[in-house]
Amino acid sequence: MTRQTSLLYLDGVSVSFDGFQALNELSLVIAPGEMRAIIGPNGAGKTTMMDVITGKTRPDTGDVYFDGVIDLTGEDEASIAELGIGRKFQKPTVFESHTVRDNLDLALKAPRGPFQTLFHTITGAETKQIAYLLDLIRLTDKQSELAANLSHGQKQWLEIGMLLAQDPKLLLVDEPAAGMTDAETEETAALLKDIAEDHSVVVVEHDMTFIRSLEVKVTVLHEGSVLAEGSLDHVSADPRVVEVYLGR
Amino acid sequence: MMTSFLFRALDKNAALFLGLLTAIIVAVPALNLLLPPDHPLHVPTYAVTLMGKYLTYALLALSVDLVWGYCGILSLGHAAFFALGGYAMGMYLMRQIGTRGVYGDPLLPDFMVFLNWDTLPWYWYGFDMFWFAALMVLLVPGLLAFIFGWFAFRSRVSGVYLSIITQALTYALLLAFFRNDMGFGGNNGLTDFKDILGFDVQADTTRAALFAASGIALGLCFIICRAITRSKLGKVLVAVRDAESRTRFLGYRVEHYKLFVWTISAMMAGIAGALYVPQVGIINPGEFAPANSIEAVIWVAVGGRGTLVGAVIGAVLVNFAKTWFTAAFPEFWLFALGGLFVFVTLFLPKGIVGTVTDNWAKVSRRKHAVDERPGDTPSTRPAPNPAE
Ligand SMILES: Nc1ncnc2c1ncn2[C@@H]1O[C@H](COP(=O)(O)OP(=O)(O)O)[C@@H](O)[C@H]1O
Ligand SMILES: [Mg+2]
Repeated sequence: MTRQTSLLYLDGVSVSFDGFQALNELSLVIAPGEMRAIIGPNGAGKTTMMDVITGKTRPDTGDVYFDGVIDLTGEDEASIAELGIGRKFQKPTVFESHTVRDNLDLALKAPRGPFQTLFHTITGAETKQIAYLLDLIRLTDKQSELAANLSHGQKQWLEIGMLLAQDPKLLLVDEPAAGMTDAETEETAALLKDIAEDHSVVVVEHDMTFIRSLEVKVTVLHEGSVLAEGSLDHVSADPRVVEVYLGR
Repeated sequence: MMTSFLFRALDKNAALFLGLLTAIIVAVPALNLLLPPDHPLHVPTYAVTLMGKYLTYALLALSVDLVWGYCGILSLGHAAFFALGGYAMGMYLMRQIGTRGVYGDPLLPDFMVFLNWDTLPWYWYGFDMFWFAALMVLLVPGLLAFIFGWFAFRSRVSGVYLSIITQALTYALLLAFFRNDMGFGGNNGLTDFKDILGFDVQADTTRAALFAASGIALGLCFIICRAITRSKLGKVLVAVRDAESRTRFLGYRVEHYKLFVWTISAMMAGIAGALYVPQVGIINPGEFAPANSIEAVIWVAVGGRGTLVGAVIGAVLVNFAKTWFTAAFPEFWLFALGGLFVFVTLFLPKGIVGTVTDNWAKVSRRKHAVDERPGDTPSTRPAPNPAE
C-alpha cells in the first residue's frame, strides 16, 4: 500500500533517549478501517511508537503521516487529537476528581476552544450519546461516582468510553486488558471488535488469548523495529518471534 | 447564552454566601452611619475601613484560588497584579489632589516637583479621569498577565518553575517601583490622597461607600468565578490540574485555558488592589514584596483550596488574626503565620471549608446510606497537595 492510500504511515522512524535506541528504523502502515494488533516484549518500543504518533515524542528521523498527507511530526498533541487520533494509555488515566459522566462529557467530540466551552450548554444529542456510552462501558449506575473510586478494570473501560466519545478515525489502545480478569478480558476483546467495525484500531496487548480472539493481522515489535508481521499463526511459527517473545 | 452562563453560578451554597455578604454590605455601613457613636452596636469608622481592607484581601484570595485551586497554577506573584491595580488607582487619586499639594502645582504631584521635573510623564496622562484609571486597573494587570502567561504557558513552564518565575516577576517590579526615576514616587509611593470622585476620602460616608464597593466587587467576582468553574471550561481546568497531558490528548489546547483564567484572575487581583488603596490611603513598592504573594496563597490554603468560599474565609480569618497578633505580639506574627501554614498542611490539608464539607458529606452519606441518590454532585476539590 502506498502512503497516499494509507491511514497511518510510519517510515524509518527512530527515537533515542540518552543514546538508548527505543525505536530503530520502525516502519508500519495501517490501512483505513483496519484493526492491527501489536505485540512484543517489554521495552520493545510499543508505547514509544504511540508517543510518536500522538505528538508526545518527536522522532529523531523518519516520516509519520496520517490520512496519507498530514505530516504528524509537525503537529502537537492537541491538534493531532483534533485530526482524529484518540489514545488510551497503558496506565489508565482518567480525570479522578471528575465524575464518570463528566469524564465522558469532557471527551465528547465538541468545539475545544476556551470560549466555546465557557458558554457550552449540554445538548440533547450529547446527553443521548453519553447515555449510550455509559451503557456500552457498563458504568450507567456509576455515572455520578468520582472516577477515582472506580476499580482498575472500570477505569480501563471508562478510558475506552472516553476514546469513543471523541469519535476518532484512529484509536490507539495501549494494553487495554492489563489487570483485568479473564472474563473482563474477553468482554474487552468483544468490545474492541465491535469498535473496529467502524473505526481503525491499533491495539497493543500481551495477552495471547486476547490477541487470538481479535482475529486480525499482528505486528511483532522487537528492540524498536518490526520483527515479523502477519496472522497470529504465521508470526507464532516464526522462530525469531518464538525466541525473543513467545518462547520465554 | 450569558444568562444561562451566570445562572449556573447560583446554587444553594452560592446563594447562602451571597446572602451573607449582602447582609454585611448593608449592615456594617448602616451601623456606622445611622447609629450614634455611643451606641453599643455602633461600628467605628476605623473598623469599617479595616473590614473593607479584609474584603479586598478576600478578593485577592479569590483570584488566587481561581488559578491555583482549579487549574493548579501556584502563583507566588499575585500581589504584583494587586499592586498594579493599586498604583492605577493611586495615580488617579494623586491627580485629584491638584493645587492642594504641599507645592501647590496644579498638574504635577508633589514628588515630581520635589524631583525638579517640569512636565508630567506621558504615562500619567488620562489618570485625572476616573473612567480611564478604572480601565487601567483592569488593563495593566490583565495585559502583563497575558504577556507573561503567553510565554510561560506556551513553553509549558509549570509547577515549581512557574511559581519561581512569578516570584521573580513581582520582585523585579518591586525593584523597578523603588526607583525614583520610574515616576511612581519611589519608595514613598503615592499617598496624601484628598478625594475620590469628588468625595473626601477621609469622610465616614466615603469610607462606608468604599467598604460597600469592596463587598460588591467581591460578590460580582465570586459570581464570575462560580460561573467559570461550573461551566464546561471549569471542568477542563480541573482536568488540566489533575492530568495536564491527558487533557492535551483529548484535543484541548491547555495553554489557552491557562492563559484565560490567568488573565481573568490577574484583573480580579487588580480590582482588589484598586479598592484597597483609597481605604488604606497609600500605595508603595512594599506591596510588591514576594512575601505578600505567599501570604495570599496561605490564606487560600487555610480556607480551603478549590472552594472559592474558602479563599474568602481564609483571607478574612488570617487577616483578622494578623491584626490582633501584630498589635499584641508584633515580632511573632511571621512565626505564627508559618506555624499556621505548617499546621494546615499537616492536619487540615483541605483547609477549613474542605474539611467541613467532607465531614458534612460523610454524615449525610451515613444518613442516606439506604436511599442512594445518584444525582448528588461530588465536589471537585483537588487532592491535598498545597505545596505542589
Ligand atoms: N521518556 C523516556 N526516557 C527514557 N527512556 C524511555 C522513555 N520512554 C521510553 N523509554 C525507554 O524506551 C524503551 C521502550 O519503552 P516502551 O515504548 O515503553 O516499551 P513497551 O511499551 O514496548 O514496553 C524502554 O526501554 C524504556 O525504558
Ligand atoms: Mg508499553
